[in-house]
Amino acid sequence: MSNTDYIARSSAIAARLIGGEMMIMSAADSTFFTLNDVGTAIWQAADGRTPLCEIVESKICADFDVTVTEALSDAQQFVNQLAQHGILRTSNQPIYDAAPCPAPTA
Amino acid sequence: MSLLYEMNQKALQLGIPISAHLDITYRCNERCVHCYLDHDDHGEMTTVQIVDLLHQLAEAGVFFLTLSGGEVLMRRDFFSIVQEARRLLFNVKVKTNGVMIREPEARKLRELGVEQIQISVYSHRAQVHDSITKLPGSLKRTIEAIKFLKSQGLKVVIANVLMTTNAGDHRGVMKLAADLGVPYTLDPTITPKIDGDDSILSLRAAGSDINRVFRDPELVGDVEAFCAAPLPPGEDIIDGYPCSAGHTAIYISPYGDVFPCVQFPLPCGNVRKQTFADIWRDSRQLKEVRDIRARDLPVCSSCAHVGTCTRCPGLAYMEGNMRGPSTADCEKSFQRTGIPSANMLIRGSRPALVQIQPVCS
Repeated sequence: MSNTDYIARSSAIAARLIGGEMMIMSAADSTFFTLNDVGTAIWQAADGRTPLCEIVESKICADFDVTVTEALSDAQQFVNQLAQHGILRTSNQPIYDAAPCPAPTA
Repeated sequence: MSLLYEMNQKALQLGIPISAHLDITYRCNERCVHCYLDHDDHGEMTTVQIVDLLHQLAEAGVFFLTLSGGEVLMRRDFFSIVQEARRLLFNVKVKTNGVMIREPEARKLRELGVEQIQISVYSHRAQVHDSITKLPGSLKRTIEAIKFLKSQGLKVVIANVLMTTNAGDHRGVMKLAADLGVPYTLDPTITPKIDGDDSILSLRAAGSDINRVFRDPELVGDVEAFCAAPLPPGEDIIDGYPCSAGHTAIYISPYGDVFPCVQFPLPCGNVRKQTFADIWRDSRQLKEVRDIRARDLPVCSSCAHVGTCTRCPGLAYMEGNMRGPSTADCEKSFQRTGIPSANMLIRGSRPALVQIQPVCS
């Protein structure tokens, strides 16, 4: 994938935001993930309409102490890994049916 | 330590109900002889009420959602409920007898992304299974359903209940499960009816039958390890919680009543009268359940089995005291290890162990 690709939360998952960590289970292979705060920020921003590079700049570089180059490289790896498990979808076109993002637990 | 264990620990620390069991109906097309439910409809929650509840459960942090009954497919809105549950990103498990599942229903369950379907099978022999369900042809229909579900790539688990009428058939059901390519579970628990009627307890499998299944390596794996005498409990056990009911797990009936667990009929509130969050946070009954530590159990805290027993506080509650022993679990611990529980010794239902004392000089 390229940095200008769009990423969207897949609906083929189960997910909850618990204590600041996103817990995700892939429906495809039942793999269970917990995302750290950076991963959670990317996943929450994966609305299908914002390119990865924009997410990295606005959500990662703005809030975490990391350069754009470093963050983009890590984010690409992260997105590829989640895409392999069907947790994120990627496309060079906007994706209009991203799954909703779970709100923080009450 | 697995991620799931960590998730449960985190939920426990934060007071989040990570698992919810929602019975959407008590109506059923079978009349299983061991069933604890009353199958009449006394005013089930409407579709709108259930959808609203699902939103509340998602907000509360529920991740694992079990939809059960009764027979879930007796509700015409079953698939709408599953669809909403999946839209809210629950991990959905469905318990069913499978009788109403044909190819279209199986396909729909796959399309909705249901994680697992648990199907009850009581015997590999139609005459035994059908005499338990009281529905002629039910085993045939259930097996067909499993095949439809498997053909869609869904995860299916066969759940068997050990009782007097099928005690000799667990190996046969295991083979059936293996032939169908699905995992198998066996539960020897028969609970009193929800209205307190305990006549069905006569169906509980005999101790000798429980003993036999506990020594089946195909079922329990390493028999020696499974049946080993319990080690003295550590402080973490004594200070620990008896089970997840009311701590990270909750049960809701088709009428909106909230209980710590499906086997723990202690009324804690009703979601038609209060929000789920208010009940989860403020229920006096849930607080009482949460306050109990193993060290507070008057009989069980001194029992050799305290660290390994599957003591169910709900069954204990149905016997009259949620802090007391559950005799069915005492029996299981005894049959597994050959060591009587403290409760058995007090009640005199088992011979006391001979205590060898040093001879005084």
